[in-house]
Amino acid sequence: MSNEQDIERHTIAVLVANEAGVLARVIGLFSGRGYNIESLTVAETDTKENLSRITIVTSGTKMIVEQIKNQLRRLVPIYKVADLTTDGPHVSRELALVKVASSGEKRVESLRIADIFRANVIDSTNESFVFEVVGATEKVDAFIKLMEPLGLVDVSRTGVAAIARGANPL
Amino acid sequence: MAQHDAQMTGAEILLKALVDQGVEVIFGYPGGVVLPIYDELFKQNRLRHILVRHEQAAVHAAEGYARSTGRVGCVLVTSGPGATNTITGLTDALMDSVPLVCITGQVPTHLIGNDAFQEADIVGITRPCTKHNYLVKKPDDLARTVHEAFHVAKSGRPGPVVIDLPKDVITGRGEYQPPSRMKTKYKPQVKGDLKAIEKAVEMIAAAKKPIFYVGGGVVNSGVAACQLLTQLVRMTGYPCTQTLMGLGAFPASDPLSVGMLGMHGTYEANLAMHGADLIINVGARFDDRITGRLKDFAPNAKKIHIDIDPSSINKNVMVDHAVVGDCAHILEDMIKVWKAKQCRPHEKALKEWWAIIDGWRGRNCLHYENSNKIIKPQYAIQRLYELTKYKNPYITTEVGQHQMWAAQHFKFEQPCHWMTSGGLGTMGYGLPAAMGVQVAHPNALVIDIAGESSIQMNIQEMATLCQHRLPVKVFILNNQYMGMVRQWQELIHGGRYAESHMEHHPDFVKLADAFGAVGLRATKPGEVDDVIKEMISVDRPVIVDVRTDASENCFPMIMPGMAHNEMVLGPEENVKVEPGSDEGGMVLV
Ligand SMILES: Cc1cc2nc3c(=O)[nH]c(=O)nc-3n(C[C@H](O)[C@H](O)[C@H](O)COP(=O)(O)OP(=O)(O)OC[C@H]3O[C@@H](n4cnc5c(N)ncnc54)[C@H](O)[C@@H]3O)c2cc1C
Ligand SMILES: Cc1ncc(C[n+]2csc(CCOP(=O)(O)OP(=O)(O)O)c2C)c(N)n1
Ligand SMILES: [Mg+2]
Repeated sequence: MSNEQDIERHTIAVLVANEAGVLARVIGLFSGRGYNIESLTVAETDTKENLSRITIVTSGTKMIVEQIKNQLRRLVPIYKVADLTTDGPHVSRELALVKVASSGEKRVESLRIADIFRANVIDSTNESFVFEVVGATEKVDAFIKLMEPLGLVDVSRTGVAAIARGANPL
Repeated sequence: MAQHDAQMTGAEILLKALVDQGVEVIFGYPGGVVLPIYDELFKQNRLRHILVRHEQAAVHAAEGYARSTGRVGCVLVTSGPGATNTITGLTDALMDSVPLVCITGQVPTHLIGNDAFQEADIVGITRPCTKHNYLVKKPDDLARTVHEAFHVAKSGRPGPVVIDLPKDVITGRGEYQPPSRMKTKYKPQVKGDLKAIEKAVEMIAAAKKPIFYVGGGVVNSGVAACQLLTQLVRMTGYPCTQTLMGLGAFPASDPLSVGMLGMHGTYEANLAMHGADLIINVGARFDDRITGRLKDFAPNAKKIHIDIDPSSINKNVMVDHAVVGDCAHILEDMIKVWKAKQCRPHEKALKEWWAIIDGWRGRNCLHYENSNKIIKPQYAIQRLYELTKYKNPYITTEVGQHQMWAAQHFKFEQPCHWMTSGGLGTMGYGLPAAMGVQVAHPNALVIDIAGESSIQMNIQEMATLCQHRLPVKVFILNNQYMGMVRQWQELIHGGRYAESHMEHHPDFVKLADAFGAVGLRATKPGEVDDVIKEMISVDRPVIVDVRTDASENCFPMIMPGMAHNEMVLGPEENVKVEPGSDEGGMVLV
């Protein structure tokens, strides 16, 4: 059994009305109450119903994660809050654009590693590449780490998108 | 054009929507942006407008109105400074779960974000201090927004809602929609899960040292919930303690009541919480002022929590069993289940439990040394209670020692007669709140039990009282100190009274006179009864300046960071605590 004081990481999916200020409410809730945000992504996912989906990766004790979900449910324009971590198996992916500027052996090595990670080159100049890498957060982290000594100059990440396995919607 | 005729201005839509929501009174203050609304108010006579002297007071007045009636309080202020002046009141209402709708003016939509004259990002500023807020972008959305705002304010856990209205929305034309056409997705759970209720009843019936711990949620739910609670407590014969916000939810004179719990609660209530094997929390939120040091809070008790807001559950204290929903529904179902299952309390165990509790009661923890030379604050409150109870008065308070003495020594038999700022602890709440109560209950006796420091925070409202002929009585326990601060400095900061003594106070009798009210003063114990009787007999606003013992401290007291069983009963215990012992999370006044 896990200890009450253990810090757990949870991925939470939130369905919200796509109206001005909703994101500010969610972020304000986290900053105002001192909760962690490790990753947050948001985009409209249902144009007919005008709904957006927010995916939040957060961490805290069991009691705090429970609070976070209940506090989110209190917000009026929030329709659904699901804890993907506890509700069953789920898959999650992140995309990163990674810029590497180098030449010679380092440039070749970066291409080789990109190949192993199945990252695509989406921009290249004589002295740089931009790689597009997709995967679980850990995989993206590992790719960026490997690029560091090879001339890493810039990274842009989308944050986590996550969804439950199986046939059912949120 | 016919269609155009069917349309109304935003100001007209607003007022019609308010009337359709059953609003009778608005507490407000005009200014540039909201002038078209005031123009509409001028032309009608269904909505009464109470012109306050400061917008903070408008919000507290609406709180007093709401809490004493169970209805939604309504506020109207202008943009910029008018709106920012409401922040303390809104935060107060959020903390104490008071249903309000506050309408703020805003600069025209095309100027928003331009640092226009009297522009403030009110939706941004009030996001963390409201239950919800709206910026209305077009007149067609206005009626729907107002209806939803009232629905949100009063449904589920009540709270304040702000509607920000740009000037062009106020003056533009749009279509009115009646409340019946409002669609909302905001539908909090009201009925409790029956299985969970049955389990709660089983736990209650099995307990040997039980206690009901009831809070403001029962008052929020309404008079019916308070009656159901009283019925359930009496069916079980279990002791019942109330939080500061829950006073009146259960009759204070009932022998089953052990009084208030918490930092300044009774010995019997706190020790019963500490010794209980089952705590039945109905509409209370395990605030740090009642738990004391968390790790020693009710160490042997199983805990049941009945609350409408799931985020109140397991926030501070992990509970063993929760029932989510409106406590009126849940209490009704609990009574049904209790009867259907023919539950009986554990006769012998309960007898033993009461014997222990009666032992604690015997300590007579609210006792104080009275004097015939100097007015003891507790004595003044006791006399106020004895001499006014036949009038079933409404009591509001400011914040400080006087507030705690009022909670301890004034006995409340009914809900909605006690208005105090619990969660935020806002000095300056009591006078405007009393104003709102008096507006709602024009013939009732309404008393603000005040401290001489707190009263100066919204003293300007004396003028409002006089203008609107609201005969509120301000009963000042004048100890010449920020007494609660002085008490903490004496007990925790080595008697260094930094800035808790005001060298200069107004002459409150003359001040009353200057406002057009009546001023009275008592300086000796023998004068207390006379000024109270005179105060009641005057049909005008009154300030009573009661000169009390400046050195009196409020006991019992659980010192910061201590547990329920470590409470200090009186000055003779001569405790001193080191500053910085903040474990358990109790914070200063
Ligand atoms: C100087 C000072 C000293 C204080 N000392 C004490 C003290 O000694 N003792 C004390 O008790 N307090 C004290 N307080 C007040 C304290 O800070 C808290 O405000 C108070 O304890 C909270 O009361 P409550 O738990 O009843 O919760 P409230 O703030 O009244 O909250 C109500 C709870 O009920 C729930 N609820 C609302 N509506 C419903 C419904 N329809 N059905 C079911 N549940 C509902 C809400 O979700 C919430 O959880 C003091 C305050 C001050 C300023
Ligand atoms: C707006 C505000 N400022 C400061 C405080 C901190 N505070 C709590 S009680 C108190 C003193 C109150 O003095 P008084 O009104 O004279 O009441 P007494 O304690 O003397 O009865 C202060 C400063 C507060 N609660 N509210
Ligand atoms: Mg004082």
